[in-house]
Amino acid sequence: MDGLNALGKTLLETLRDLAPILAIIVGFQWAVLRQPIAHPRKVFVGFVYVLIGIALFLEGLEMALFPLGELMAKQLADPGFLGISPSAPAVLWSDYLWVYLFAVCLGFASSLAEPSVIAVALKAQEISGGAINAWGLRLAVATGVAVGLGLGTFRIVTGGSLVAYIFAGYVLVLIQTALAPRVIIGLAYDSGGVTTSTITVPLVAALGLGLASSVPGRDPVVDGFGLIAFACLFPILAILSYARIADWLGRRRAAQQNEVK
Amino acid sequence: MFRNKFFRQLVNSTLDLLPILVVVLVFQLLVIRQPIPEPEKLIVGALLVILGLAFFIQGLEQGLFPIGESMAYAFARKGSLFWLLLFAFALGFGTTVAEPALIAVAGRAAAMAAKGSVIADTEAARGNYALGLRCTVALAVGFAIVVGVIRIIRGWPLSRLIVIGYGCVMVATAFAPREIVGLAYDSGGVTTSTITVPLVTALGVGLASAIRGRHPVLDGFGLIALASLTPMIFVMAYGMVIRWMG
Repeated sequence: MDGLNALGKTLLETLRDLAPILAIIVGFQWAVLRQPIAHPRKVFVGFVYVLIGIALFLEGLEMALFPLGELMAKQLADPGFLGISPSAPAVLWSDYLWVYLFAVCLGFASSLAEPSVIAVALKAQEISGGAINAWGLRLAVATGVAVGLGLGTFRIVTGGSLVAYIFAGYVLVLIQTALAPRVIIGLAYDSGGVTTSTITVPLVAALGLGLASSVPGRDPVVDGFGLIAFACLFPILAILSYARIADWLGRRRAAQQNEVK
Repeated sequence: MFRNKFFRQLVNSTLDLLPILVVVLVFQLLVIRQPIPEPEKLIVGALLVILGLAFFIQGLEQGLFPIGESMAYAFARKGSLFWLLLFAFALGFGTTVAEPALIAVAGRAAAMAAKGSVIADTEAARGNYALGLRCTVALAVGFAIVVGVIRIIRGWPLSRLIVIGYGCVMVATAFAPREIVGLAYDSGGVTTSTITVPLVTALGVGLASAIRGRHPVLDGFGLIALASLTPMIFVMAYGMVIRWMG
């Protein structure tokens, strides 16, 4: 009964979130565009599915994933588990290898499950007529987030300056943007922006919290946000790099074919 | 036919969720070597997530994407820039101001600001601050979607806007009060919700497809990118204004 209550509450909350969008769409469709919607019942049912889907999804995350994620982050960062003696003078970055590995794996896995990323990838595949592969895109994003989180946790442990890391990251991204095939830029930046969403943000916050309570002198708020920033930035790099490599491989193949002729 | 498609969706969702489950289970059981607390909850929760994801994707393809596209086409056909931009702004503003993640962040930010004596520690002052923050972010997203739509219509390269945007972010970071910077960077990530993303993406891609001379992939994407960038700038500006007025 308690579970059903929670689900009902989530459903109502999701409906409340959906309401403004519905109002705007219906309002504009009816008053401005003044056109009937194609297949209105199908579309309405689609919205109901989105509503149910998000409610179930959020409820499931709250029930299963988030508590476990938080517990794991705390356990992994616990000095007892890592074998750090409490009287040790300083923290060695190598003590926290398990944490980096966990961050990398978690970042990779959570991005694959992230609904917003799936949505963008599906749209990209559809609109490019299959030239862009949805799974390939998602894997690139996941790799980016994995690298980002690994680097981010490393920074937390070693105490590097967040501003320096972010600045370097931005510079890298801008260089890649200048060199990458123009057609992929919008998609790359969109994917970077959506990847920090429903699943990733709470898990990353838990990770930041777990680390901050274990590593001396860390602030959970600053470090949590730092991890999010890393998780946003690196997928962009991953997709831009992937596009450049694919482009280069394609051109090399074409050149080889020309030579053979 | 429907059941077949939905079943395939369920299979896909299971595959989508599998990596996380594997990572969590492997680390908990093999690395940390502790039993899973409340395994029944984990199983039920996982099933809910899989089911939810399947429903979501189905609803996406049936409702959100088609509506976004059809409205984009209808606006393009109608030819009125004003209504299109108004819709773009309304979508960005309206969906953001009600965003629960943003409401939560704004509340915490107000508490932090009160503790840091940036504002008075009264409920009224904190409420005003939080509301101001939410409106600022909503304004930023509305603005971003409007600029993004104009970009699609005019065919401006996204990279130029990105460089300008990041430049503004860096300048603002240099001048903004320290306590607002982390919040500002956070707000960029928080704003685009699971419902807005597919809608805005479909709108952008639909517009780029409907307008002659625009390439759907080259021009259609990038709305979300801008909507993640502008909140950072606007929130830092908000911080500066509050500081200056206080």
